[in-house]
Amino acid sequence: MGDRPIIRVQHIVKSFGTIMAVNDVSFDVRPGEIFAFLGPNGAGKTTTIKMLTTLSRPTSGSLELDGLDVTTHQTAVRKRFGVVFQDPSLDSELTAWENMDIHGVLYHVPRHARRERCEVLLRMFELWERRDDLVKTFSGGMKRRLEIARGLLHTPKVLFLDEPTLGLDPQSRNQMWTHVRNLRATEGVTVFLTTHYMDEADRVADRIAVIDHGRLVATGSSAELKQQTGTDSLEAAFLALTGTTIRDESATAADQMRQVARVWRR
Amino acid sequence: MNVVFVLWLREVKKYLRSRVQIVASLGGPLMYLGVLGFGLGPVFQRAGEGSYLQFMAPGVIGMAVLFTAMFSGIAMLWDRQFGFLKETLVAPVPRLAIMIGRTLGGATVAVLQGTLIFVVTLIAGFRPVSVLTVPLAFLLIALIAVVFAALATAIGSTIKEMQGFQMVMNFLVMPIFFLSAAIYPLEGLPRVLAALTRVDPLTYGVDGMRGLLTGRAHFGVAFDVAVLVAVGVLFVAAGAWRFSKIEA
Repeated sequence: MGDRPIIRVQHIVKSFGTIMAVNDVSFDVRPGEIFAFLGPNGAGKTTTIKMLTTLSRPTSGSLELDGLDVTTHQTAVRKRFGVVFQDPSLDSELTAWENMDIHGVLYHVPRHARRERCEVLLRMFELWERRDDLVKTFSGGMKRRLEIARGLLHTPKVLFLDEPTLGLDPQSRNQMWTHVRNLRATEGVTVFLTTHYMDEADRVADRIAVIDHGRLVATGSSAELKQQTGTDSLEAAFLALTGTTIRDESATAADQMRQVARVWRR
Repeated sequence: MNVVFVLWLREVKKYLRSRVQIVASLGGPLMYLGVLGFGLGPVFQRAGEGSYLQFMAPGVIGMAVLFTAMFSGIAMLWDRQFGFLKETLVAPVPRLAIMIGRTLGGATVAVLQGTLIFVVTLIAGFRPVSVLTVPLAFLLIALIAVVFAALATAIGSTIKEMQGFQMVMNFLVMPIFFLSAAIYPLEGLPRVLAALTRVDPLTYGVDGMRGLLTGRAHFGVAFDVAVLVAVGVLFVAAGAWRFSKIEA
């Protein structure tokens, strides 16, 4: 095992018609590290996560997770990762416990182990007291914590977090990263996260990959990136690497629905 | 198997918890039963067709089952963007198990809702001709529920936007209701309307129920069941196929 990367991405391309969402991206993630994928809106972060989590197939290139080809060994790969998507994927009409329990069944965790592990994780994420409350009564931070707890229920080797702190207040964000770092210590899980908050990547990630316009523009530790660009903060390094133009994504159906959902939730 | 069960249970639990929604969904059928049933009753009677309430009660039950089953399609659309669907799609289980669990859950909820309306029609004065055929009528209700829950799954897997579902409600669900035999007899219809009623699966569901509960079937119960089973198989296959194509 030792030095074999837990995630190996080689020359992946994903195109939608003439648009190259991900264009010849390659990188390795080492076991047990916290790896941050950094990039402006529409850079290809979520598209890459979707390919790594078997939700979409690359147009070309190869993806490996724990030595398994992601496109051909879907089921085996799915057992090995947990994922927290950018949009919430909890059932808000069910309780925290029920959400955890369904996940356990979906991942074939035996009943006894399921109960034990649900309890351990809910306690770890400070949700045990609220386990029988409907998720719709939870705050944004609590929902995120529950999603992470759920993602870990089947003891995955890799945890994907797609912009997990989006829309959270600074307190919740802070708490969330403390949890993520503790996790690595207690569970030894590899964490692959995307974010566009520089300070967070700076604080929690061992290594950072910067992606822009579907291409990888730099990879390295925060210190290495600063050195490479001759800047003194990761934010400055990021701007040096990706430029200062503002990205206008065209609104997709998902964005429009997100808008509707926001209005409805008030 | 376990997977199918938990996903089924999830749908049922959510239904039983949404008391407000249950009460609200009684509104539509009650309107039809109350206003049409009693409003058109005298005319129907004078036309020599007997009690209109007796005639339309199975239709209203069919309507409730249709609407509830189709509604599970909206729930899926919602789940797809903001909820739970992705969680199931990345799980190491076959898509077919997920689709079956969801669809059976949606169908069960539709049966429960149909049962509720059945009770309401009894209170309003509907009298089945025999107690013995009532369990058989529930078989028809279950068939209607599966047919439309599967159709809803197929549609919910195909369209991506909420506005799209509005279109489906207006251009598919309402016509399915109005073109079925729910509120008027199948006999003596103009040729075009007669043809349209015969391609509507709900027609056979309502006709079968009517046959069992009031002894008045146009096609015959056996034929109705055969058509529903065939359409059910077709829609479940279509739903499974569309569901397997979802790219989140």
